[in-house]
Amino acid sequence: MTVRILRRRELIEDDWTDAGATAEDAGAGGAWAAGGKLIVTLERWRSQRQALLATHAAVGVLVPNTADVEAIYPEVSGRPLLALQFPTFSDGRALSQAVLLRKRLGFEGELRAVGDVIRDLVFWLGRCGFDSIVPRQDQSLEACRQALDELTVAYQAAADDHAPVWVRRRKTAAAH
Amino acid sequence: MYRYDDIDRALVTQRVEQFRDQTRRYLAGELTEEEFRHLRLRNGLYQQRFAPMLRISVPYGLLESAQLRRMAHIVRKYDRGYAHFTTRQNMQLNWPKLEQVPDLLAELAEVQLHGIQACGNDTRNITSDYLAGVAADEHIDPRPYCELLRQYVALHPEFYWLPRKFKFGFTGAAVDRAATRTNDVAVHLVRGADGAIGYRFFVGGGLGRLPMLGQEMNPFVPESDLLRYACAILRTFNRFGRRDNIHKARIKIVLREWGPERFRAAIEEEYSKISASLEGEELLLLPQDIERVRAHFTAPAYRPLSQVGANIAGMAAADARFAAWVKRNVRAHKAPGYRVVFVSLKAPDRVPGDCTAAQFEALADICESYSFGELRSTYDQNLVLADVAERDLYELWRRLDAHELATPNIGLVTDIVSCPGLDFCSLANAGSIGVAQDIYRRFDTLDAQYEIGPIRITISGCMNGCGHHSVGHIGILGVDKHGEEWYQVTLGGSPGNDAAIGERIGRALARDEIAGGVERLIATYLELRCDEDETFIECYRRVGMAPFKARLYENESEGAEAEAAEAA
Repeated sequence: MTVRILRRRELIEDDWTDAGATAEDAGAGGAWAAGGKLIVTLERWRSQRQALLATHAAVGVLVPNTADVEAIYPEVSGRPLLALQFPTFSDGRALSQAVLLRKRLGFEGELRAVGDVIRDLVFWLGRCGFDSIVPRQDQSLEACRQALDELTVAYQAAADDHAPVWVRRRKTAAAH
Repeated sequence: MYRYDDIDRALVTQRVEQFRDQTRRYLAGELTEEEFRHLRLRNGLYQQRFAPMLRISVPYGLLESAQLRRMAHIVRKYDRGYAHFTTRQNMQLNWPKLEQVPDLLAELAEVQLHGIQACGNDTRNITSDYLAGVAADEHIDPRPYCELLRQYVALHPEFYWLPRKFKFGFTGAAVDRAATRTNDVAVHLVRGADGAIGYRFFVGGGLGRLPMLGQEMNPFVPESDLLRYACAILRTFNRFGRRDNIHKARIKIVLREWGPERFRAAIEEEYSKISASLEGEELLLLPQDIERVRAHFTAPAYRPLSQVGANIAGMAAADARFAAWVKRNVRAHKAPGYRVVFVSLKAPDRVPGDCTAAQFEALADICESYSFGELRSTYDQNLVLADVAERDLYELWRRLDAHELATPNIGLVTDIVSCPGLDFCSLANAGSIGVAQDIYRRFDTLDAQYEIGPIRITISGCMNGCGHHSVGHIGILGVDKHGEEWYQVTLGGSPGNDAAIGERIGRALARDEIAGGVERLIATYLELRCDEDETFIECYRRVGMAPFKARLYENESEGAEAEAAEAA
């Protein structure tokens, strides 16, 4: 079954299989089919790294929102995708993880939000550097896409294109 | 007064439209109760006992006449003709209709008012010294720094879903009039040895369950690094604050569980990492950034003493009521010929902190006529006209008096701080307004109040402590026992420089015992004090709890004492 998600502002069929969501070992067949792109838990990545790399085209890692991303970054820095968790939409720990991954650690791969992701979280996700969003099943993807631009002004920089307002005002002042 | 530019205006306007759409979707059944709860709280909207409550932020307590006029209009059009001032210097409406709130917010936005982050697990309204800019004991005006931080934390995407509410309080004066150390973060403006401005940071304060005072984290963060250090604290809280138990989610619990050394080390490490990175460059405030905001808070055009000074004693000799008001509600000002005037929101038979539409309108006119068009809200739920010429005092007093805004009781026993309590609030366990009024009536005569002198009575209707009972000289906490309202009394709390958390005296008192109990505590003080200059809190600190406790429970049988021991 394919899942439609929001990636870089577009609605697409997801080409990743999320084995992280079902932590049980599904063996070599089924959803885990060799050759595909697979997201695994950090635990599995640590214990089966070589085997996973040998059998799959790409391996992404699901990082628990309690993880210290600075501490674990050497283990996952080369991954094409990292998925961060929202056990409830109001649990903002992964927002700090995302900002640290993007701004401090320089992660340039796909940064994915998974879990209880509702449309009203999407704007904040975009600002914190998530470029891949898997909304909760009942959410409208199109509404989520529009929510990325819910507000067009921001006071502070995060992990998107907004410059801090105090920096912008320096430029305004210089122009006068 | 800070003036919005196009960026500020666009932000509040877009925010209103965002909330309008959220409200529409909630009413259409597209958002669950729980989802909408988080969204509306971040716009100031609580669900109260009978209706929603809308909290309106008043950044660092500063208001101007246009905002007061708009509030008069708003409380008439959307509410029942009054609003309530809180201990965070904010305003609350108790009866708005949910479907009208987006329109209400749109009308507020036109005068630079909003409910952004007034509630919810986010950075709340920043409080500050209500005498900022005019107090003689001030070394640095904190308001420009409050405004810079306000903008930094407003709709901050990384810190929009914190474990729990998060509060900052600022002061730049010798006397702490903003109860700063009861906040999660207290920022004290200080000067270093070379005269450079910096910040002394305290972290981990908070009332409610387990009341604590903030502990010093860093004695001097340089002026350029306000946002860097704030970011370090907020990020540490967002990452490590507990999310498994709402009662253990404040930053004070992280501090307690880690201990001050580990906690300080974590914040300092994050601060140094931020400072060494690209993020640190973005967060660095240049002198010009601070100057630009400081230019919004310059002193008004004070006139020379010869045009404004007056013989107040002479004016007072002719009118005893005016004299009483001058004595209690008028304070010194740093500019010659000017005074600070307190507007009491503690008139007899009124709810502490309430302000009617007519009073809002009168205050708009009054502050335009006598105080450069500005008004401040205080930590004690009163208001301040900060820049009044001495020769206007009598006329001003008459106008305030005509609107029941001149009760001469600032800092006295009837200047009671109180949350809305069970009468309005769905969180409350017990009433607080009625208790405040009962106590008020016991000390109604001015002579009695002057005899007692400065004292702080604070009342909260539940453990959350909005009435700051933990830092009252006499603190009263409403509790529910088997469906009845009871009141626990604490003594010795204080929010100021001598900040302390009050100690519980003994068993709770019943609703009909509480006012009499307070009267006995005060009688004990009057008997024990060295002289008239020794205040209640000074006396309590000298003699301790025992004599107060003995007097409060003097008529109790041994059985009741055993019960008290058990309750303690």
